[in-house]
Amino acid sequence: MTWIDIGALDDIPARGARVVKTAQGCVAVFRTQDDRVFALDDRCPHKGGQLSEGLVHGHRVTCPLHNWVFDLETGQAQGADEGQVATFAARIEGGRIWLDAARLLRRGAA
Amino acid sequence: MARKLVVIGAGMASGRMLEHLTETAPEAFDITLLNAEARGNYNRIMLSPVLAGDKTYDQIVTHDDAWYAARSIACRFGAPVTRIDRAAKTVISGGQTTPYDKLVIATGSAPFIIPVPGRELPGVVSFRDLDDVGTMQAAAARGGAAVVIGGGLLGLEAAAALAAQGMQVSVIHLMGHLMERQLDPAAGYLLQKELEGRGITIHCRGATKAILGADRAEAVLLEDGTIYPADLVVMAVGIRPETRLAVDAHLEVERGIVVSDQMVTSDPDILAVGECTEHQGQLFGLVAPLYDQAQVAAQVLLAEPAAFRRRQTATKLKVTGCDLFSAGDFADGEGREEIVFRDPARGIYKRLVLQGDRLIGAVMYGDTADGNWFFGLMKESADLSDMRETLIFGPAFQGGAPADPMAAVAALPDDAEICGCNGVNKGRIMAAIQGGAGTLEAVRACTKASGSCGTCSGLVEQLMAATLGEAFAAPAARPICGCTELTHEDVRRLIKARALKSMPAVMQELGWKTSCGCHVCRPALNFYLLADWPLDYRDDPQSRLVNERNHANIQKDGTYSVMPRMWGGMTNPEELRAIADAAEKFGAAVKVTGGQRIDLLGIAKADLPEIWADLNAAGMVSGHAYSKGLRTVKTCVGSDWCRFGTQDSTGLGITLEKRLWGAWTPHKVKLGVSGCPRNCAEATCKDIGVVCVDSGYQIGVGGAAGMDVKQTERLVDVASEQEAIDWIVAFVQLYREHGKYLDRPYKWVAKVGLGWVQEVLADDRRRAELVARFDLSQTIYQKDPWAARTDAATRRAWSPLADLTREAAE
Repeated sequence: MTWIDIGALDDIPARGARVVKTAQGCVAVFRTQDDRVFALDDRCPHKGGQLSEGLVHGHRVTCPLHNWVFDLETGQAQGADEGQVATFAARIEGGRIWLDAARLLRRGAA
Repeated sequence: MARKLVVIGAGMASGRMLEHLTETAPEAFDITLLNAEARGNYNRIMLSPVLAGDKTYDQIVTHDDAWYAARSIACRFGAPVTRIDRAAKTVISGGQTTPYDKLVIATGSAPFIIPVPGRELPGVVSFRDLDDVGTMQAAAARGGAAVVIGGGLLGLEAAAALAAQGMQVSVIHLMGHLMERQLDPAAGYLLQKELEGRGITIHCRGATKAILGADRAEAVLLEDGTIYPADLVVMAVGIRPETRLAVDAHLEVERGIVVSDQMVTSDPDILAVGECTEHQGQLFGLVAPLYDQAQVAAQVLLAEPAAFRRRQTATKLKVTGCDLFSAGDFADGEGREEIVFRDPARGIYKRLVLQGDRLIGAVMYGDTADGNWFFGLMKESADLSDMRETLIFGPAFQGGAPADPMAAVAALPDDAEICGCNGVNKGRIMAAIQGGAGTLEAVRACTKASGSCGTCSGLVEQLMAATLGEAFAAPAARPICGCTELTHEDVRRLIKARALKSMPAVMQELGWKTSCGCHVCRPALNFYLLADWPLDYRDDPQSRLVNERNHANIQKDGTYSVMPRMWGGMTNPEELRAIADAAEKFGAAVKVTGGQRIDLLGIAKADLPEIWADLNAAGMVSGHAYSKGLRTVKTCVGSDWCRFGTQDSTGLGITLEKRLWGAWTPHKVKLGVSGCPRNCAEATCKDIGVVCVDSGYQIGVGGAAGMDVKQTERLVDVASEQEAIDWIVAFVQLYREHGKYLDRPYKWVAKVGLGWVQEVLADDRRRAELVARFDLSQTIYQKDPWAARTDAATRRAWSPLADLTREAAE
């Protein structure tokens, strides 16, 4: 694991999300009403919608483009829709958000 | 010879440690206890009851002089330690040097004082020790107003105690609901309601800007401009570990003094316990884990094996009459299920969170009798598979068969009250059903049952089903979503009838099945609340869908479109230049829209605040092309230019747009004003369309030119421009107050009937009241969202949180 401090918990509104840019594409970092954080690929498998702009409810997010709903813990599409979004480990420590960037950094030094 | 133990700080953690130590090995150490406060250990948790006058200081002392003397503990109270000399292994206090073999730091925590102007004025106190309580009691004796900053456990206990002593108390809380660390919003709402019922003013989402006063505190000013008079200001926003001695001694300190599982600091001869410590990144504020620390420290000092493990804690509020309990982890999550029980009439809320067949968290309000039973199940990690059906009803209900709601209703006696509002019992409802009332509406019409608040509708339907069996088909009214059984219409009616003014209030009082709604109900509730309670409710951006949250229209590639207002479709060279400059600067595609405006497409989210600032600078404001609100007012050039124009249609269009912009509506609203019946502004297919004629103005409503195409129906003909404006504003307000979220006006008018709309608006008094309510709402909502979002904070919030593209993996 490669833990990186990406910002303060308070930088993300509760029931909201912010984006982290990486060499492998954007990652959406969600903060739920109960102050947990989840990191998912910021791309809906349906039409590429930015999940970071979705409405967050419970531990789920609704894609802003066509209302697909994803479970934030597993990345699984809910209900009748089928698909999965990649998830990344994230945790809160001392009010800061740490993201496991092992799969997100550029490979090797150029 | 006994070794020398020095303890800095006589608080609850060190006190408990000394108890363990002197019980187990009374001869092991020569103990010296130093304390900055001029007294020994007392039960700090009971300060609230002392403040409230329920207890006295003597009753909360845990160790008196005799206790220390009996254990040969040398006490030096009122002498703050100034330095620890680790090399010489001494502690310096008040010019006196005390040598140690082992040192325990238990300096506790200091209240966090928010750095606002006026914080050092007399009359501003924290709530930490007995001296603070003395200051507050003296103030309470003089009466007057008190402001408590901080709606956490401590702040609320202080507020309730001060209110009980006759002070006028206001609580300012930064977060959206009270005690947000221990409670979910539903329980926080109930707590707020209880405290408000005691005359305490609660101001959530309030950020303190300054404490005002010349020689002493007189008032508290918030960032939003609210001012609360204050003879006493209590800061209870939180605590921070008191680590200064440890920092000066170069011990490892993060937020607290870092300790190992053995409570040993980075110096093997120095231990630390209590609120000054940090263990595995965690700080401590509740007493239970501190007692565990004390036990471990005592054992470690006696060279016994011991390790501190954090354990689950439960919270109860020590305010008489507020029953509140919270324990464990009550977050939602994968594989977790929640069981929610709400009894709106009795103000009870219980929520259990299960993972698999284990209970992992509980929040309860109103009835906490079973709290400890649940806490026990949680700590034992008991398998609950056999009792989960009835788990939420507590230990009294275990062992019986799961209840069938239908059987329960059937078993009710005839005199059981079904409708509390109208006092209708089961017998009367049964008589009505047997007398031929076959629908809920029929029962309501002849008994009044479910006619007021409506929460007993389900019960009445169950009675009908139980009585009529197959013959009764439950009405097919569609609930808003899976979170509730209620329809949009029910919810709107109940929000008004029961004065529900916050999202947690709606969800609690109307028995929502989820803890925070979903993408279907939250935007609808947000609209209903802000439309019905403009002054009380605060718009919740997190309950808005992307476009309204970001104030721009998201496009399929994730960029946004930006559209400034062009009042009545009029523009000028300066605006056009600014638009052209912005298009060039941000590489936008430029599109002329059907609503007589110019759209700039392809703007990156992070650039939005800057392009808004640029357009603002040229005098333009948001066109709300993204909102369920007023979009455009399309006009023709009217009598200003057109040889057929009968009235100033452009002028009227601009006046209407300036009056209506910024108002939120159930769905988008588009207007058109044509200067003559040739109708160049296509006003007769708009939500509201005005066609000017020689004799005045023909106002039509309920047109559509989207998925459905429909011509407007004539609302009224009026002679003067002022009447036209009044009717249109009143129509919009009526739609705001009664429309179902996402119904365009044509759908709403079809449901309620044009005749009813005309009847309401034709009443001069009601029309004027609608206009007044609209204008009141506009004092809050007619604000340019762009101008409010060009600051540095928005720019940060609209940008990525972090950029890892330049970091390489090793």
